[in-house]
Amino acid sequence: MLSYIIRRLLYAVPILLGVIVITFVLFRMVQSPEAIATIKLGPKASRLAKDEFIKSEGLDRPMPEQLVKHIKRLATFNFGTSWKTGRSLSDTFLTGAGPSLLITLPGFLAGLVASVGLALYQVFVRNSLLDRSLTFFAVALMSIPAVVYIIFLQAVGALALKYFPAAGFNYEGFGTFRFIALPILIFLVLNLGYDARLYRAIFLEEIQQDYVRTALAKGVGNVRVLGTHVLKNGMISLITLTVAELPKLIMGSLLIENFFSIPGLGNVLVLAIQTSDLPVILASVYLGSLAYIFSLILTDVAYALADPRIRLS
Amino acid sequence: MFDHWLTQDLLVLLGMGLFVWVLWSGSHHERWQRAWIRFRQDRAGLLALIVVAIYLFVGALEVLQFPTKNGGTRTVLDVFVSGIHDERSYSAPLAQAHLDPSMGNLKGLHLLGTNALGKDVLVQTLKACKTALIIGGLTSAIYLPLGTFFGILAGYFRRWVDDVIQYVYTTLASIPEILLLVAIIMVAPGGKNLGTLSFALGVTAWVGLCRLIRGETMRQAERPYVAAARALGQSHARIVTRHLLPNVLHLVLINFVLGFSGIVLAEAVLSYLGVGTPVGTPSWGNMIDGARAELGRDPVVWWNLVSATGALFTLVLSLNLLGDALRRAFDPKRG
Amino acid sequence: MSTLLEVRDLAIHFATETGTVEAVKGISFTVQKGETLAIVGESGSGKSVTGLALTRLLPEPPTIYKSGQILLDGQDVLKKSPRELRTIRGNKIAYIFQEPSTSLNPVFTIRNQIAEALRLHRPEVRDLDAEVIKYLDLVGIVDPAKRLHDYPHQLSGGMQQRVMIAMALSCQPELLVADEPTTALDVTIQAQIMDQLRELKKQIEMAIILITHNFGIINGIADRVAVMFRGKIVEYGETHTVLSNPQHPYTRALIQCIPQPGQKRRRLTTIDHAALEAAS
Repeated sequence: MLSYIIRRLLYAVPILLGVIVITFVLFRMVQSPEAIATIKLGPKASRLAKDEFIKSEGLDRPMPEQLVKHIKRLATFNFGTSWKTGRSLSDTFLTGAGPSLLITLPGFLAGLVASVGLALYQVFVRNSLLDRSLTFFAVALMSIPAVVYIIFLQAVGALALKYFPAAGFNYEGFGTFRFIALPILIFLVLNLGYDARLYRAIFLEEIQQDYVRTALAKGVGNVRVLGTHVLKNGMISLITLTVAELPKLIMGSLLIENFFSIPGLGNVLVLAIQTSDLPVILASVYLGSLAYIFSLILTDVAYALADPRIRLS
Repeated sequence: MFDHWLTQDLLVLLGMGLFVWVLWSGSHHERWQRAWIRFRQDRAGLLALIVVAIYLFVGALEVLQFPTKNGGTRTVLDVFVSGIHDERSYSAPLAQAHLDPSMGNLKGLHLLGTNALGKDVLVQTLKACKTALIIGGLTSAIYLPLGTFFGILAGYFRRWVDDVIQYVYTTLASIPEILLLVAIIMVAPGGKNLGTLSFALGVTAWVGLCRLIRGETMRQAERPYVAAARALGQSHARIVTRHLLPNVLHLVLINFVLGFSGIVLAEAVLSYLGVGTPVGTPSWGNMIDGARAELGRDPVVWWNLVSATGALFTLVLSLNLLGDALRRAFDPKRG
Repeated sequence: MSTLLEVRDLAIHFATETGTVEAVKGISFTVQKGETLAIVGESGSGKSVTGLALTRLLPEPPTIYKSGQILLDGQDVLKKSPRELRTIRGNKIAYIFQEPSTSLNPVFTIRNQIAEALRLHRPEVRDLDAEVIKYLDLVGIVDPAKRLHDYPHQLSGGMQQRVMIAMALSCQPELLVADEPTTALDVTIQAQIMDQLRELKKQIEMAIILITHNFGIINGIADRVAVMFRGKIVEYGETHTVLSNPQHPYTRALIQCIPQPGQKRRRLTTIDHAALEAAS
C-alpha cells in the first residue's frame, strides 16, 4: 500500500510540472514584458517605471531562465506578493481558506446526506410515479444556472427576510452562522440534483445484484436491505466519488463568495481575474492543480481501503 | 471573414447537413435502428426532442441573414418581428407606459417588457437562441472530434500512446476549469468573441469525452471480433473506422446532447465573470448578469431575469431529458 | 408422512414491454415432510420461477400471480402480508442459489451474513460465533473458526456454496429450495456438494426441492421428480419409476442426454421442441 502511494506521488510530479509550464506559457510568454508592465502599473505609467518593473520582476531575462525561476519559487511555495494589494500571497491564501471551508465543508456534508437520502428513497419506491417525479425534479434542479439560484435566493433570503445579510462576513462565534447560512444552502442546492441522480444510478445497479435476492430470501426486510446491504456496497463507488471532491472544497465557490462578498479563496480569485492580478492567478492555478492531483491519489487509496476485495488481496 | 453574412449562412447550412449525414449513416447500423424503435415509444424523450427542435428553428431564423438596401443585414427573425418597435428605456410586461413615467407612453405592446435600451425583451430572448446555439455548436465542433479521436487512439493502441494522451489530459484536467477558460480567453488574439469562447470551452470539454471513449474503446478492443479482424490482416485504420468507431458513436451522441446543456449553462457563468459573450451580443448570460443590478432598482426590473432564465432553463432541461432518453434508448438496462 | 407444501394450479405471468409471458401455466405438486422433490427442466421451463414463487421472491412489478394456491402448512402463501412472508423466508423455507460468488454479499464477512439470519429467526441464540461455527462444520468447511471473518471472495466456489448451505440451514427450515446449486461449479466440486446434500438429508429431517436441468445429479437424493416443459409439468412420479420407465417423450429425450461413461462416440441427442409442443 505504501509503495503504491509513493508511486502515485511520483507520477504526480510530471503532471504538476506540466501544469506549471502551461500556465507559464499562457500568462508570461503570450504577452510581452511591456504589456505585463502596463497591466500592473497602469497605462499612464512612465517609461522609466515600466523599465524598472521589468527589470525587478526579471521579465527581460531569457524565457528558460524565467521558467526555472518560476518553478523554483512555486516548489517552495514562495508566491510573492499580489500586484494589487501588495499583501503576501501566502498570507492571503491562509486567511482566505477559513471562510471558504466554513461554507463548502458544511454544504458538502449536508449535501451528501441529502442526496444519499434522496437517492435511497428513490430506489425504495423505484419505477413508481414518485420515483419518476423526483428524477424530473433532480434534472430540473440541474438545469437552472448557478447564477440564477444565487440571485434569487439572495434577493428572497436577504432582502425579504432581512435576517441574513446580503453580503459580508465576520467571525462572530455563533453569530457567524447568519453570514454563511444562505451560501451553504445555495451550495447544497447547486449540487443536489446532479449528485442525487448519480447516487440513484449506483444504488439502482446494486439492488439488481444477486446478493439482494439472497438477503430477501433470508427474510431481511426492505428497509434493512436498502440501508445496510445496498448502501454498504454502493458506498464503495460513493466514497471514491466524494473523496475526490474534498480537496477542491478549499478553493471555495467563486460565484457564491463573490455574490455574498465572502472573503474566501474563491473571491480572491475572482477579484484577481477582474484586475488581471497575475501572481494571484498563477498561484491559484498551482494550488488548484495540487488539490486535484491530491484528490486523484486520495481516490485510489480510498477505493482500495473501502472494497474488501481489493484490500485483502 | 466570419462576420460576413454569406459565410455564416453557409456554415450553418453546412453544419446542419453534416448532422443529417451522421444520422443517415447511423441509420444503417442495427444498434441505432433498435435504439430508434425504443426512442419512438418514449414520450418524454420525444417531447424534449420537439422542444430542442423549436430552439434550433428559432436560432436558425436568427442566423440566416440577407443584405438590405442600405448596406446592413437583416435576419429572417427580424422580418418576423418587424412589427415590434424599440422604446426609449425600461417598461414592464404588457405595460402601456415606460417604467419612468416621464418618458411617456409606449409605441406598442411588449409581452415581456423592454430592457434598458428600450428593446423588446421577448425579441432579445429569441435572438439569444442564436448565440447559445452558435457557442454550443462551435464548441461541440471542436471538442467532439478531439475527444473521440484521442479517446480511440488511447484505447486502441494502449501502451505509450495511451500514456502520453493520459498525461496530457490529466494535466489539463488538473488546472481548475474556470481558470483555464479565463486564461485562454484573456490571452487569445482577437479578444473576446464567440469564437474564442468556443475554443476555450472546447479545449476544456474534450477531456471528459476522451476518457469515456477511451474506456469504451478498450472494452470493445478486447472483443474477439477485433482479434479476428487483425488476424485477417486488416489494417489499424480499417479496424478503427469500420468496427470501433460505429460502436462508440452512440456515446458521442449522448455526450453531445448532454454536453450542449453544460455549455449553455457555462456561458451564463462566464458572462457573469466578464469573460463570456461580448456585451453587445444578445445572450441569456448577459441578460442574467445585467439582472443583478436591475433587481436592486426601485421599482424592481425582473422581466429580463425571468425571461432569460426561463428560456435557458427550458433548453437545458430539454437537452438533459433528451440525453437521458437517448441513454435509455441505447441501453435499456440502465434505467 | 404429512404434507408440508401443496401447490395447486399455479399460474404465473410476467408483464413485459413486448407483451405478457406465461412462465408457469397451471402446475400442481406436493412435497411431504422430509421428502426430496426434484424439478427438472431446461432453461425457460419455469422451474426457477416456481421455486422463487414459493415465498413470493419474484419482483412484483412484472410478476403477476395469475391463479392457483401455494399452501404451506395449509395456509396460502400468496395471500400473506409482507410481514408474514418475512417470517417464512429463511425460517420455514430457505434458499440456495446458482452463483454462490455473487449471491453472497461481498462486503460482509461470512460470519456476519450467517449471524444476520440467526438474529432474525433465532433470537434465543446467545453465542452467535459458536452457532455459526457449528453450521460451517456441518457443511464440511475445514477449520471453521479461522474462516469466520473471511470475506466471500477469499473462498473457493465450492466453499462459497457450502457457506450458502450453512446459512440456509442455520435457521432450521422445514424446506430447502436449491435452485441449480451445482451448475456454476466444477464437475468434481458438483459431486462433492451433492454428496454433502445427501449427507445432510440423512442427518436432518428437512424437505428439499432440487431444481436442476441435469437429470444426472438427482439419483440417490430425490425421492420424487417433476419434469417441467414450457411452464407445465409433463411427468411426475417416484424417481426410480420415472427414470426406468419415462412416459412423456420429453422425459425420454432428457434422460437420453445424460452422458454415460464408456459409451462410444455417437451424435448428441437433440430435443425437437416444436414436435413436443405440438404433442403436449
